[in-house]
Amino acid sequence: MITGKTTLLHYLSFSRPVAAHQPWPRFVLDEAAWRGLVAELAVEDWDVLGLWADGNEIHCALRDEETGEIAVASHSCTDRRFASLSQVRPGVLRLERAVADLYGLQAAGNPDGRPWLDHGRWGVTHPLALARRPPPPAPYAYSFLPVEGEGLHQIPVGPVHAGIIEPGHFRFHCAGETVVRLEERLGWVHRGLEGALIGKPVAQAAKLVGRVSGDSTVAYAIAFARAVEAASGAEAPARAHWLRALMAELERIANHIFDFGAICNDAAFALMLGECSVLREEILRICESCFGHRLMMDAVVPGGVACDLTAEGAALLQDMLARLRPRFEELVELYDNSPSLLDRTVGTGVCTPALARQFGATGFVGRASGRAVDARRLPGYPPYDQMELPVPVRQDGDVNARIWIRIEEIRASLDLIGRILSQMPPGPLHTPIPTRGGEGMALVEGFRGEILVWVRLSQVGRIVRCHPRDPSWFQWPLLEAAIEGNIVADFPLCNKSFNCSYAGVDL
Amino acid sequence: MSLLKILARDLFSRRRTETPPPVDGETLQQLAARLGETARLSLGRSLSIREVDAGSCNGCELEIHALNNPVYQLERYGLRFVASPRHADVLLVTGPVALNMAEALKRTYDATPAPKWVVAAGDCACNGGLFAGSYACLGGADRILPVDIAIPGCPPSPRALLSGLLTLLEHVAVR
Ligand code: SF4
Repeated sequence: MITGKTTLLHYLSFSRPVAAHQPWPRFVLDEAAWRGLVAELAVEDWDVLGLWADGNEIHCALRDEETGEIAVASHSCTDRRFASLSQVRPGVLRLERAVADLYGLQAAGNPDGRPWLDHGRWGVTHPLALARRPPPPAPYAYSFLPVEGEGLHQIPVGPVHAGIIEPGHFRFHCAGETVVRLEERLGWVHRGLEGALIGKPVAQAAKLVGRVSGDSTVAYAIAFARAVEAASGAEAPARAHWLRALMAELERIANHIFDFGAICNDAAFALMLGECSVLREEILRICESCFGHRLMMDAVVPGGVACDLTAEGAALLQDMLARLRPRFEELVELYDNSPSLLDRTVGTGVCTPALARQFGATGFVGRASGRAVDARRLPGYPPYDQMELPVPVRQDGDVNARIWIRIEEIRASLDLIGRILSQMPPGPLHTPIPTRGGEGMALVEGFRGEILVWVRLSQVGRIVRCHPRDPSWFQWPLLEAAIEGNIVADFPLCNKSFNCSYAGVDL
Repeated sequence: MSLLKILARDLFSRRRTETPPPVDGETLQQLAARLGETARLSLGRSLSIREVDAGSCNGCELEIHALNNPVYQLERYGLRFVASPRHADVLLVTGPVALNMAEALKRTYDATPAPKWVVAAGDCACNGGLFAGSYACLGGADRILPVDIAIPGCPPSPRALLSGLLTLLEHVAVR
C-alpha cells in the first residue's frame, strides 16, 4: 500500500464517507486506517491543514500537494487516545497539545506531554470534554527544555513585553550574545473562544470568529461565512463575493504596510514606520467611510455582506489607489537603497525551505521560503477564480525575503482592488442562511496565510462545534528555528518579520 | 527617492497632525467625584502609560498603536508609552482578563508606583465583551483592578482613546 504514489482520496476511499460534509469529503477512519494514515504521511506529500477534536472524535484536515485534493479524516478515540501525527508532521505538535488540554484526548507518541493552552488557572480541566475534570490545586509549573553547555545563560522575556504587543513568554538560551535556543510558551490570551462558540446562533458566532485575531477580522469572517454557507447549502450572491474580496485586500494592504514600517523600525529605521503608519491610517479611514468600521469588523456576514459600497465609496478607493501607489513605491525605493537597513535584514533570521515545507507554513513566511501556496488560488474561491493572481515566491527565507514578499503582495493587492472596482457586478448583497444541520469547511487567505474554519451546525442552525485554525500555528515554531545563531538584539526584528498572531493560536 | 528628499518634503509639506478631540466633560465630573482632589498630582501635565494586553484579540492594540502615528501623535500632549510599569502612571488594559493573564496583570499593577490610574480600553476590558461568562476569563479589568476610566468600543477608535486619556490628564494634572 505504501508506494509513495497513493493519492489522498484514494487512500481515504477505503473508509466510510460522511454525508453532509461540504465542499470537501470527510471520512471516518478506524484504528487501523488512522495508523495507516500516519504511515502514509511519512511518505506522501500531504499537508496537514488542521487538527481538532469534537467529543471523543479527532479530525484532521489534509491536502494532497500533488493533486490538490482536500479531505477531512476523522477517528473516534478509544480510551481517549489516538496515534500522534507529530512525528511525521511536526507542525501538528502544538495542535495535539491543545487538543489534550481542551478535550483530554491524548496523542500517543507525541514526545511533548506538557500542557500548552492550559496553565492550570481555569477552574476546570478539559473544559470542552464530554466529562470535565476539576482544576489542579495550583497553576502548573512549566519546565523549559534543558540546554547544556559551558557558559550558557538564560533570558526569560514576558508574558508582559516592553512594547504594545500581545503577551507571550520567550525563553532564550544564549552563549554570549548568540541565541542557542529559543523556546516559546504561549496560551496567555486563551479566552475560551471555541467554548464560547458552542450553542451560539450563527450570527453571534460570526462576531466571535471575527475576533479570533483582530488584525485578520475580515479574513476570519469570510472563512466562517464560507464554512456556514457550505454546511447549510447557501450561496452568497455574486456582488457579496466581490465586496468580500475588496475588504480582504484592503485588510491585507493595511497590515502589510504597517509590518513593513514596523520591521524597519526594529532595525532602527524609524522614518519608515512614521511614513507607513500614515499610509495605514489613511487606508483605515477610507475603510470606515466605505464600510462603517476602521477594521471592517462584522461587515462580512454568513450569507453575504452587511453593507454595500456606494459610488462615493468607490471614488474614494480609486483616489486612494492613485495616491497610495507612488508614495508606497518611494518607500520601497528607499528601503532598497539603504545599505544600513539591508545590512540588518539580509541574511538575518533564515528559515530554510525544507523547514517551511516540513511545518506546512503558508503566507509570507512560507512564500519567503519557497512555498507557493495561496488559498485564493488553490483551492480558490470567488471572485479570485476569475482573476489572475501572481504568487510571489523567494527561496532565501530571511527577514529581507519576508519584507519583499509583503511588498510584492501589496502591489498585487493594489492591482486587485483596481480590478475589483471595475469588474464588480451589481446585485443583491445577502441571501438568508437556511435553518438546517450540516458540516462545512473553508480555506481563506488572510494576510498571514491560510485560515481554516470548520463548522458543524445543528438542525436548528446553531453551532455544535466550530474550529478556527490560524496560520500562525505553523509559523510560530519556525521562528524558534530562524532565530538560532542570531544575536539576541535581532530578535525583535525577526519576530516582527514573522508577525505571528498570539490571540489567533491561544484562542 | 532618497531619504533626504523624503525628509525635506515632510518638513515643508502640510502638517499631518490633527486637532485633538474634545475632552468628555461628563466623564471628567464623574472622575472628580470618584477620585477627589487628593489624587491630583504635579506631573507637569504629563503621564506615562504602560499598555497591558490581558486577553485582547489584538484589535484594541492596533488602534492603540495608531495613537503613536503622526496623525494622532500622542506625545505632543505629554502622554507617552513606556516600557516598564515601574516608569508608568497609567495602566492601559485591554482584553476580558484571560485567567492565564490575571496574575501577570496584577503583578504589573503592583509594580507600578502610586499614585496610579487604570484605564480599561475596549468592550472586553470594560465588561468582558463577547467573552463575558467564559470559563477562561474574569470578564473585565474591574474584576481585579480599580478602574478609573472605561473607554468602550470594539475596538475604540484612536479618537475615543485619545479623548479618554486626555480626560484623565485633565483631571490628574494640576496646572
Ligand atoms: S474590545 Fe473588541 S477589538 Fe478590543 S480586544 Fe475585545 S474583541 Fe478585540
